[in-house]
Amino acid sequence: MSTLPVALLSSALATPPAAAADSTPPFWTSLLMVLVVFGITMTLVPLMVLAERRISAWMQYRVGPNRVGIGGSLQPLADLVKMLFKEEVQPDGVRGFLFTLAPATAAICSLSMMAVVPIGGTLAIGGWSIPLVVADCDIGVLVVLALSSIGVYGITLGGWASNSKYSLLGGLRSSAQMISYELTLGISLLSVLVVSGSFESGSFRLSEIIRHQAESGLWNVVRLPLGFVLFTIAAFAETNRLPFDLPEAEPELVGGYHTEYSAMRFGLFFLGEYAAMVAGSSVIVCLFLGGWHLPWLAPAVTVGPGGAVVQVCVFLAKVLAFLFFFIHVRWTLPRLRYDQLMKFGWKWLLPLSLVNLLFAGAGAALGWF
Amino acid sequence: MLSERFAFLLFAAIALVGAVNVVTRRNPVHAALWLVGSFLGVAGLFLTLGAGLLGAIQVMVYAGAIMVLFLFVILLLNLETTPFEGLSIARGASLLAAAATLALVVVPFATAKELRAPATPDLPELPATAGNVANALFTKYALPFEVVSLLLLIAMVGAIHLARRPRRGEPA
Repeated sequence: MSTLPVALLSSALATPPAAAADSTPPFWTSLLMVLVVFGITMTLVPLMVLAERRISAWMQYRVGPNRVGIGGSLQPLADLVKMLFKEEVQPDGVRGFLFTLAPATAAICSLSMMAVVPIGGTLAIGGWSIPLVVADCDIGVLVVLALSSIGVYGITLGGWASNSKYSLLGGLRSSAQMISYELTLGISLLSVLVVSGSFESGSFRLSEIIRHQAESGLWNVVRLPLGFVLFTIAAFAETNRLPFDLPEAEPELVGGYHTEYSAMRFGLFFLGEYAAMVAGSSVIVCLFLGGWHLPWLAPAVTVGPGGAVVQVCVFLAKVLAFLFFFIHVRWTLPRLRYDQLMKFGWKWLLPLSLVNLLFAGAGAALGWF
Repeated sequence: MLSERFAFLLFAAIALVGAVNVVTRRNPVHAALWLVGSFLGVAGLFLTLGAGLLGAIQVMVYAGAIMVLFLFVILLLNLETTPFEGLSIARGASLLAAAATLALVVVPFATAKELRAPATPDLPELPATAGNVANALFTKYALPFEVVSLLLLIAMVGAIHLARRPRRGEPA
């Protein structure tokens, strides 16, 4: 091992002088961040579609799509072309405007969630300090919750506007399910905010939560293991993934809320689901798994360009690992029955999340963390 | 600030257009959706006032949770579009009353030479962060806050009591 790479790495990771990083960056850096984050999301989505099919094939001892491109790598592109050029079928009795608005809502809400997710710390370059997040607003985490609760409309309305009983039932199931699990999601989130001291500072920025984990060197998953499990389960339900994909249970409801959808309108629902998975994984990584922080590597919040690249790579690696977990669960667990789903949400998850909140509050008050 | 005024006008217009459509749409689902739009407009108004927390809560609680439940019930009951029943004396009277109320609100504003905010000497200029809102709710306004929550509880118990089927041998 030569010492040169190590020296380069450590010089890249070193915190630049504080005086260099205090002026506000120009406006176009925000636009650049939008492009970067949107690009990352829109790269991860087709990657996920492909990974889902290949991993499911691997788990079921099949081959999976391997014809388009090397090892099937261009399959998502082929799917996209197919969706764009297929005929857009609009059944009779469909409410036209809402029928189009519904998939758009689903896709827009999931994609916008990434706006408050920091993909790295703060980049200090050329005298500017640029936070590596599109919108570092005070209400950060709440924006995620708000967008996910608006996203429910996409599915509910899609079901109603389709003028089909299967779609309607799928839409109704989804709204009931998402409301039930949103409570658990919100209360588990509260426990994270309590241990991160967000209520003292009055800021719900994800970057602050990560900074707290990085500076104390302890990830929230260690502080709140129960909260992590609860939040993850609720996130699975919010993204309508197995074992919680009741809204589109094929044996009972055909395709559920998207039964009547075809071509790119269906594609938008599809995009929304996978983007929600990417955003959900990113939020979980930020809240519980330390975001861009890796112990002994790039511990500083403010870094130079090299450190920023390392941080973004660490963040992406964590997100990808979690996405793999998402896929693995889908092809492992069977689907819950509807009454089991409701019982599980209200009688188990909700009380447990309250216990977890109590634990977090007691821990914060007694200084356990 | 021009952009601030523009944002205010935009969100106020969204809230008002939504509100008008809530009461004029004949399809209950459309009415509920316009109400969601109106709530989003109000959330935007909170944001222009720098009250991000209230804006987020407005979206999460009202536009998100409560309206999804409304929509859920409307879809479950499969409500039909109400036909226009024409004008009756009662309808005409209520229209007149509504117009008079609107005039009572609008005329003073339209004829006033200048608009001044009412004096609020006991309200300190604090940003509406979670900590400040919580402090206000749980210290100074603890009693009103608890009374309001009791009121909501009473309404809920009452609604459940009214909707409940009477048990056998019990007078309806």
